[in-house]
Amino acid sequence: MLVRIARGEAARRGPRLRITGPELDDLACQAAADALMAVTGKLGQFRGESRFTTWAYRFVIFEVSAKIGRHFWRHPAVQLDAEDWERLPGRFGADPAHQAEWGDLFAALRRAVDCELTPRQREVFVAIVLNDVPLDTLVIHLGSSRNAIYQVLFEARRKLRAALVANGYFSENSVGRS
Amino acid sequence: MNGRPALDRFLQTDPQDVGCDQAMEMLHVYAELVASGEPAQQRYPGIAAHLHACGPCGEDFEGLLAAIRGGAH
Repeated sequence: MLVRIARGEAARRGPRLRITGPELDDLACQAAADALMAVTGKLGQFRGESRFTTWAYRFVIFEVSAKIGRHFWRHPAVQLDAEDWERLPGRFGADPAHQAEWGDLFAALRRAVDCELTPRQREVFVAIVLNDVPLDTLVIHLGSSRNAIYQVLFEARRKLRAALVANGYFSENSVGRS
Repeated sequence: MNGRPALDRFLQTDPQDVGCDQAMEMLHVYAELVASGEPAQQRYPGIAAHLHACGPCGEDFEGLLAAIRGGAH
């Protein structure tokens, strides 16, 4: 059952990954095996808040997720600390043909990244936002946890938005404004 | 497209966001509520806020939901 769930999850994520065929199936089988170990080791923690199968499936999903993160960590295309700021507008769908509309905004964002963030926040922002490194891959690189990296990025996002609001680029509640 | 709305959405933070650890701890309960049509977002607004903002946790949620619904074949 766990193998079936792992294969299903690997296949679901497959189209967006550069992993296919036997390598993807191997990843799924390893995830299922590790999930079985986790389920067995944590049986005493099952509190009946959900069906047992749902609780067990969760470990499979987590293992598939972790193994994909490790795969990208080994993948040579992943660049963790290169800084090509020209890519930043494109990350948010800005059209180069309309640079006059967004040039100031992204220049202000870059200034805020340099002036407002701590070195750790800047490192995480550059890796995840600028270099498109998967968060789980960065977790492995930094020997950290998903929650810890998320909290660093969360605080970076909050500080950057506050800086852009203070400089008149966004209003306090401007989500959806074009 | 000038990128402004997407950047704004990305930079918005929700103070209710519970973070990855709490969200993943309750993911099985939350996903089952969603799968059964219960108002999971109202019952666990902090988890909903987190899954909306965190790509990896959101992906795990979608995977678990697909498994529950039998889509994992």
